[in-house]
Amino acid sequence: MDTAGLRDLGEHVATSLSDYVFAADVSRDELTVDARADQVVRVLKFLRDDPRCRFEQLTDLCGVDYPERDPRFDVVYHLLSLSHNQRLRLKIGVNEDQPVPSATGVYASAGWWERETWDLYGIYFAGNPDLRRLLTDYGFDGHPLRKDFPLTGYVELRYDSEQKRVVYEPVKLTQEFRRFDFLSPWEGAAHPLPGDEKAGEAGEDGR
Amino acid sequence: MSERQIRNMTVNFGPQHPAAHGVLRLVLEMDGEVVERADPHIGLLHRGTEKLIEYKTYLQAVPYFDRLDYVAPMNQEHAYALAVEALLGIEIPERAQYIRVLYSEISRIANHLMNICTMALDVGAMTPFFWGFEERELTMEFYERASGSRLHAAYFRPGGVAYDLAPDLLSDIGAWNEKFPKVIDDIENVLTENRIFKQRTVDIGILSAQECFDWGLTGPVLRASGVSWDLRRNQPYEVYNELDFGVPIGSNGDCYERYLVRMEEMRQCVKIIAQCLEKIPEGPVKIQDNKITPPSRAVMKESMEALIHHFKLYTEGYHVPAGEAYRSVEAPKGEFGVYLVADGTNRPYRCKIRAPGFAHLQVLDHMSKGHMLADTVANLASMDIVFGEIDR
Repeated sequence: MDTAGLRDLGEHVATSLSDYVFAADVSRDELTVDARADQVVRVLKFLRDDPRCRFEQLTDLCGVDYPERDPRFDVVYHLLSLSHNQRLRLKIGVNEDQPVPSATGVYASAGWWERETWDLYGIYFAGNPDLRRLLTDYGFDGHPLRKDFPLTGYVELRYDSEQKRVVYEPVKLTQEFRRFDFLSPWEGAAHPLPGDEKAGEAGEDGR
Repeated sequence: MSERQIRNMTVNFGPQHPAAHGVLRLVLEMDGEVVERADPHIGLLHRGTEKLIEYKTYLQAVPYFDRLDYVAPMNQEHAYALAVEALLGIEIPERAQYIRVLYSEISRIANHLMNICTMALDVGAMTPFFWGFEERELTMEFYERASGSRLHAAYFRPGGVAYDLAPDLLSDIGAWNEKFPKVIDDIENVLTENRIFKQRTVDIGILSAQECFDWGLTGPVLRASGVSWDLRRNQPYEVYNELDFGVPIGSNGDCYERYLVRMEEMRQCVKIIAQCLEKIPEGPVKIQDNKITPPSRAVMKESMEALIHHFKLYTEGYHVPAGEAYRSVEAPKGEFGVYLVADGTNRPYRCKIRAPGFAHLQVLDHMSKGHMLADTVANLASMDIVFGEIDR
């Protein structure tokens, strides 16, 4: 769908749901709508049933973590309309202790995606009928896709031949975990080099 | 007669079971032979792909996509490459687009062969398995000749494809492509009108179009339910809009029609491959911007600048402007999408992988309710489940 059509659609959504939608903007041929977290079910229902929207399918639902930001998480819904051949991205911002109303009543497919988001980010979906962990191990502790969860995790497991079972132990690294910082100070880095008086003048992309 | 207490039985199916198509643990609540509830326990193959990608540069993330749906690896790389290219705002050369389409279709054949033949095996037909896997081996040979590996190709990279094709590879693909429909005919001969096969699949696991919308089902499953929707045609990417191919649809949405749709899709793949071979132009196979794609070895021997570019690309990698993009392709199993959030550095901030199999497995409980235990196996096979992409 062309950019102008998406812009029209965004405007239509923003005016029809002006109380719940903060913004609708188009970039890279994609329409993104920001909405209020507590009203997300109402917004989704509108997007599914409105004749100009008709988003029949929930393609994807996921979380994104911004530890420094308030609210900390984004929950991102990707919707697809087969009858109008258009896509829409709906974003809501939530905090750790803030439950999100479950979308399972609008889209049945939201069930597992919400379980996954709960599992990996610890975002609670109120009203999901079956909010168990999905991808991680039975009895797993923590939410691994949060930015403050280490890549190596906290526990490792091995088969213990004496106890004849799998045992969990704190993770032991034979070598310090290395995270290379390949960001060069010339491209992309925001901090000026010590003694580089011309840093501001050349501009950030002074290649 | 005294009253007897009747209790449902719980059956643990998998995680090591040949019909579980990988490591599925299915907890089935049975009322006699009838399934009351099917509760899939997934995550036994969870490797934390999305977390790992956040710690890798954009180029280093490519091989992870091969390991998602390892039956058709290149289609996954394709969605990722499209997402990165959208963020970078680049368009790849035409030859690279044709190579991508060509190999996407070869992957589709490889995937459908695997699915149809293992599905036949699950419901009791062994012969197609041998025929199909012989051909699948040949498609993997084409993989090897293009990328160097049979499975984990890492061939579609942001900015184009990794290498140009060997000179006689196209004619060899053409020769195979002409002979391949004979194999489809053979498989069709032993399955399509086979009484046992039809008894096991016809009217089993019926899904209506509305159910497909609600449960987020895509690909052959959606088309078998009578919805004419194919991203290659409805939201064309690369050169699909220049190619002529049909989108087969079913009407009943049962296991048998999902099989039929896949069979016809293979025939359409043959048609697309033939057109690609005919139309593929000469030219570069990646964009000629050495800030994103590496220079050739020969140039590096002489040019200092090329050497620096190579060094920078393989240590720091390229920076992707901040923003977000969702790009999807019609993978053999359905819509495979990648949602990328970039923060302006050389690493993705977030990479969400939308796997079609995830949605397909979710619906298993819904579609198996009231079916026999043996039908659950047919349902599972007809949904085309591969655990690499579901567990990620």
